[in-house]
Amino acid sequence: MTATSDFHAESARGDGTIARFENAYADQRRRAQRAWLIGTVIFMIVFAFTAWIGDFFKVAQVTMPDGSREWRWIIPAGLPRLGEFIVKMIPSLSWDSLGADLANWFWRWKTWLVLLVETIQIAFMATALGVVGGFVLSFPAARNLSPNKWVLFLTRRYLEIARTVPELVWALIFVFCFSVGPMAGVMAIGLHTTGALGKLYSEVNENIDMRPLEGVKAAGGTWFDQIRYGAVPQVLPNIISYTLLRFEINVRASSIIGYVGAGGLGQEFRTAMSFQEYTDLSALFIIIFVTVMVIDYGSEKLRHRVIGMEARP
Amino acid sequence: MSLTTDQIDAARARVPLAFRDPLPVRLRRYVLWSFFIGLFCWCLYDFNITPARIWEGLARFGTVASFMFPPHIWTEWEPFADVLNGLGETLAIAFLGTLLGAVFAFPLSFLGAKNINRLNFLRLSTRRGYDVIRAIETLILALIFIRAFGLGPLAGILAIAVSEIGTFAKLFSEAIENTSSKPVDGVKASGGSRLQQIRFGIGPQVNPVLLSILLYNFESNVRSGTILGIVGAGGIGFLLSDRIAAYKWDEAWSIIFLIIAMVYLIDWLSGLIRSRMIGAQSLTK
Repeated sequence: MTATSDFHAESARGDGTIARFENAYADQRRRAQRAWLIGTVIFMIVFAFTAWIGDFFKVAQVTMPDGSREWRWIIPAGLPRLGEFIVKMIPSLSWDSLGADLANWFWRWKTWLVLLVETIQIAFMATALGVVGGFVLSFPAARNLSPNKWVLFLTRRYLEIARTVPELVWALIFVFCFSVGPMAGVMAIGLHTTGALGKLYSEVNENIDMRPLEGVKAAGGTWFDQIRYGAVPQVLPNIISYTLLRFEINVRASSIIGYVGAGGLGQEFRTAMSFQEYTDLSALFIIIFVTVMVIDYGSEKLRHRVIGMEARP
Repeated sequence: MSLTTDQIDAARARVPLAFRDPLPVRLRRYVLWSFFIGLFCWCLYDFNITPARIWEGLARFGTVASFMFPPHIWTEWEPFADVLNGLGETLAIAFLGTLLGAVFAFPLSFLGAKNINRLNFLRLSTRRGYDVIRAIETLILALIFIRAFGLGPLAGILAIAVSEIGTFAKLFSEAIENTSSKPVDGVKASGGSRLQQIRFGIGPQVNPVLLSILLYNFESNVRSGTILGIVGAGGIGFLLSDRIAAYKWDEAWSIIFLIIAMVYLIDWLSGLIRSRMIGAQSLTK
């Protein structure tokens, strides 16, 4: 009870401490509210502008059930078509003729199997190329290991450009250079992977302990000896872990890269879309989904073993 | 006094195991390497990759790359406005896609967090739901939405939004699970309802994390937004694939450089926002 009486006593004394505190508090609140208001207004303006660019307010003509055409807002106009599309993708399966229905659904399974193997091959080769390229370039691209400033600058810019340009754009370019087929896909995903892995690897390199390198240098080792015996043993577990993660990403990437003609299952998506073979699409989804899940699971198990190795002294 | 080669050889002869790994380790290593090299050679054979083809392709790439200099500079306003419009569409796709994805993912993420949703069955099935959404490529979602909403950026926005629901819901629910339960207990002790516990106990802890996830994904969506146009879902990708199809390589390279510049700018800007809005909080954590 003394606390309250003290409080009253103080405010009765009126030396202004409380009043000053209240003023400062109100001031802070006002400032926070103003920042919040300005932020909200900016956000609303950006939102309205992007929504306008993004066709959010577009109206489209739709055919009504009675045949008349009417103007409707684009989102409710498109949703029924989306539903129709999804319904068309569901194959007709009945319990009595399940085998025949499944055979009908996966009617191109031989072609798909070949293309699926091709997809995984593309992912494997692209990952291998990316690992080699990224590994070699990660040492000159690391601030603590690079032999000189110019090498650092050039390798970093090269890796940045390689990863900023999406693999699908590289594929568009390489399909022209290497003609249609999986080779263009391998090159495209490989180049993008070099950029992505080079960055991750060089960050690992920047966090290493420099003392082993100094040891090798003191024993008369060259720059290559220092990297080989001082740096590589330290970074290897991390590199294996990142590589496995990238392999999963590349399986997804190579499954769609065929859309622009660079091999793999993606070309089947394009055919199924343009011939409106909706059940083929759902069959392809299932194939890719299962493959990616299996690879995810397998490489996760492997990665945990690698991380376990790393944690062991 | 340093060791001579003879002394090293003598030492190697005396204790061979100190200089090489034991046999099983070496054997495993050989098997692994020959497996990988064999796989690689099989792929080379299967894809018919020969030095001649590589050389020919690189020569063609050299020709294509030679169009980079001098880069194409748009002298008229009309075609340049098209390019700017494409870049703007890409940004709009990334911005609205990220925003819509986050808005839908936010409530779903609470269903997937262990410390909020205590019904194991419901939580785990929600989590599998996120996985299913994430398994579908954004590009394929874009193809589907083009069928429903027609060509244009709206299909791209919805494609990114849907695939981000899966990503955000997973990341958000992990962020929620990583919060401390002590503030929640505090709110509970002073008589707060379950909703107030979440609002005042968990909210202040996760808000900076959510914001930083949001910004990171916005950056990555700017990158993926650039390719959606290749299938017709709006953005700069459409112009780029159009120029490449017409063999206008100088314009294509200029567009690629504009994309790179835009991605740089976004990275820099969001880094600025991140350090301003969450830098202070993350230091105290």
